[in-house]
Amino acid sequence: MIERDLVIIGGGSAGMSAAIAAYDAGLTDILIVEKGRQLGGILNQCIHNGFGLEEFKEQLTGPEFMTRLAVEVKKRNIPIRYQSNVLDLTKNKVVTYSNAKEGIVKVKAKAVILATGCYERSAGAIQIPGERPSGIITAGTAQLYLNEMGALVGKRIFILGSGDIGLIMARRLTLEGAKVLGVSEIMPYTNGLNHNIVQCLHDFDIPLYLSHTVTKTYGKSRLEKIEITEVDEKFNPLPGTEKEFEVDTLLLSIGLIPSNDLLKKLGLPVSKARGAIVDEHYMTDIPGIFSTGNVLHVHDLADYVAAESRSCGKGAAAYVKGAWNLDSPSFNVNPGNNVLYVVPHRVRLANLDDHLTIKFRVNRPLKNQVLTFTFNGEVIKKIVKPIIIPSEMQKVRLPKEVFNTQEGELIVSSEDRT
Amino acid sequence: MIDVIIIGAGVVGALIARELSRYQLKVLVLDKENDVGNETSMANSAIVHSGYDPVPGTLKARFNVEGNPMFDQLAEDLDFHFGRVGSLTLALSEEQIPVLLKLRKLARLNNVEVKLLTPEEIIEMEPNINPEVKGALFAETAGIVDPFNMTAHALENAVDNGVELHLDEAVTAIAENNKDKTFVVTTNKASYQTKLVINCAGVFADAIAAMVAKPDFSIRPRKGEYMILDHYSPDLVNSTIFPLPSEKGKGVLVTPTTSGNYVLGPSSEFVDEKDDLATDKATIDYVKKSVLNLVPSIPFGEVIRVFSGLRASSNHGDFIVEEMKGHERLINVAGIDSPGLASSPAIAKFVVEQLVSKHLTLRNNPNFNPRIRPYINMKALSFEEKNELIKKNPRLGQIVCNCEKISLGELDDLMSRSIPPRTVKAIKKRTRAGFGKCQGSFCQPAIVKYLAEFYGVDLTDVLYDKGGSNIVKCSTKECKI
Repeated sequence: MIERDLVIIGGGSAGMSAAIAAYDAGLTDILIVEKGRQLGGILNQCIHNGFGLEEFKEQLTGPEFMTRLAVEVKKRNIPIRYQSNVLDLTKNKVVTYSNAKEGIVKVKAKAVILATGCYERSAGAIQIPGERPSGIITAGTAQLYLNEMGALVGKRIFILGSGDIGLIMARRLTLEGAKVLGVSEIMPYTNGLNHNIVQCLHDFDIPLYLSHTVTKTYGKSRLEKIEITEVDEKFNPLPGTEKEFEVDTLLLSIGLIPSNDLLKKLGLPVSKARGAIVDEHYMTDIPGIFSTGNVLHVHDLADYVAAESRSCGKGAAAYVKGAWNLDSPSFNVNPGNNVLYVVPHRVRLANLDDHLTIKFRVNRPLKNQVLTFTFNGEVIKKIVKPIIIPSEMQKVRLPKEVFNTQEGELIVSSEDRT
Repeated sequence: MIDVIIIGAGVVGALIARELSRYQLKVLVLDKENDVGNETSMANSAIVHSGYDPVPGTLKARFNVEGNPMFDQLAEDLDFHFGRVGSLTLALSEEQIPVLLKLRKLARLNNVEVKLLTPEEIIEMEPNINPEVKGALFAETAGIVDPFNMTAHALENAVDNGVELHLDEAVTAIAENNKDKTFVVTTNKASYQTKLVINCAGVFADAIAAMVAKPDFSIRPRKGEYMILDHYSPDLVNSTIFPLPSEKGKGVLVTPTTSGNYVLGPSSEFVDEKDDLATDKATIDYVKKSVLNLVPSIPFGEVIRVFSGLRASSNHGDFIVEEMKGHERLINVAGIDSPGLASSPAIAKFVVEQLVSKHLTLRNNPNFNPRIRPYINMKALSFEEKNELIKKNPRLGQIVCNCEKISLGELDDLMSRSIPPRTVKAIKKRTRAGFGKCQGSFCQPAIVKYLAEFYGVDLTDVLYDKGGSNIVKCSTKECKI
């Protein structure tokens, strides 16, 4: 069996960043297994700008951003298997992948990084009422048809869900000549980033219906019409508030879910973010198996995926070299008031360089808040936030010194500022 | 002159066609859909019932009991997935135990072996079942089947053995000529003269029969709504779990499928429209509530699709498998609702051997081959076997559907057969590409491109399912809004 120090599953923003960091930390025997024809993953179809501000201090498109990373990967001569799909991963870190050239290949790795990204919630997952016509399609798929195949999936479009891909597609489809009649969001607030609401909806006079959802769809072969209805705080439709739109397409932008097939097959637990449970370097409960990027938790920016994955790649290198003390004491990190999830879930202080980066999201929009970090009952950091929304991932650095012991529990919460 | 025209390419029509292909007959199958098994045979519980509970003496009892044991050979010949996983009918209170005993009596009358299990035995078999369970009837011979490929492969085999299949061809009239004892069957495309007509038109069987004479039955579809769970909850249940049956049918069940995921459903409501396949929140909520009684830990977060199907229920209650009175050369095979799938092989045999034989001489087809060319099922092969095949055909190593791990080579194999799929949905039903957690959001564009290239058409011409279900509206450069 072929052996490798590190196998990275997925060659998108996460996989590439992890590969570069692991290599630069001295681990050169790396293999990237990528299912697409090229590196970059979903970034290839994200032809809009807004990438790179954090990582490269300039505005880049998705393909430009991914090219920056791909150039670095290639400079390091890190081998890549394209159009290769991972069929299996065992607890012993044997990765089985398949492609046309080599057939089915088993690789025994010292460390594996899961960097498989996420997928879109589909119509079935939210049990959209009506028949099963064509024209009900996830926003990312419509984006792939448009930006990679030059094909428009509809001319009169309504968008369900205010996720960022849906917002980006509202603008993109309008620019291609389609008519976008509106966006509805079941929550009383948007799920996309503010600048996308402004640049993709407001600038194009596309109405946003908050606290509204699709209650009926019409059409047997092709979608013909939809009905949206306002909902109360328990999401029950309010009779009399129905509005109909004659559309041939309903784009769904109702959430992203980590692509965690391999994790589930390994029998590992799934976090509240629907990703792995990981430690300070994004290692799962199986020593040597790591998870990073959108497969760990869905990020708001590709830049943050890159940053997280660098730390993961570095961690994987340290693990392979035996630089880590896996037996050193650790504390748990848990979500408290108003916090949906926290990453990482467990921290060995001894393995941190100088700081710990905590990432989390709040579970609803909040005003006048104090982000509060409580370690073994004692508040170790407070950050005042006038407004905080779920669509923005929170990222906070805590210096190593703030922890006075290596064990116990860190609780991350968002408290009213009173 | 055609010997037999079969109207309807569902599972019953397909199996009758295959039975007929054993003999030297000119057989034509007509279906208005663009794929085989695109209605009731596609959207059902995919269960092969043991046959213990139909009323003894009915056709349902007879054909179910006869049909069930035929599945092993059929699945082998036609290379479709079938598993005898057994079924459990649960009593969830002490009051329900006498009903189980009554059902056991029925089973004895139907000659189907069942066992009454204690709560301990049930929990041992199915640890996730409602711990309130008081008893269950275990029918070991019950099974699950891949209804898509059962139908498609039966017709493929029939076509390989000489049967002709015309899809996208709707029958519009049937004229009977009593003088030369023939029918002229007219479709939206052509007219055909035939000696016999077999009506397997499912929910439209009454309308087809009415083209000849006023039928003594009517079909009122009963809609069943379902949910599908993804396959990441291994061992949720190992067998098909039923509640006690009611006047509405066998009830809302929980069952594994042959592809490792789970089906929850169906509801059971009469509908007036024969193409009403809409799902609605209230019914799906009812299904959710019902299945929680059977298996309290069902992870609804794993629901990846909801769908509905129409049972072709007749006002007779029982199956109708007979010559039409006064028009004996028209054979109606109608009202095939549950347990239709399980009964279909026995119905087909009966129709050919007992009914068709009255009108036509059945001379053996010397070229009949009961088996279809085996399908390539990469998932089922060993590491070495897979690599051997990929070396010969590299496209077998190239995955197109990442959720279900379906390769391009498997698609190629499918397209090389006698009934190549024409639509995205047909590919989905036969290969499972697009059936997984992402519901085709990653692979659908690749499948559309594949079909466009295969048929030499534009992307805009590729259909998702029925006519008019085109996915791509226009290319960005040509689009006129």
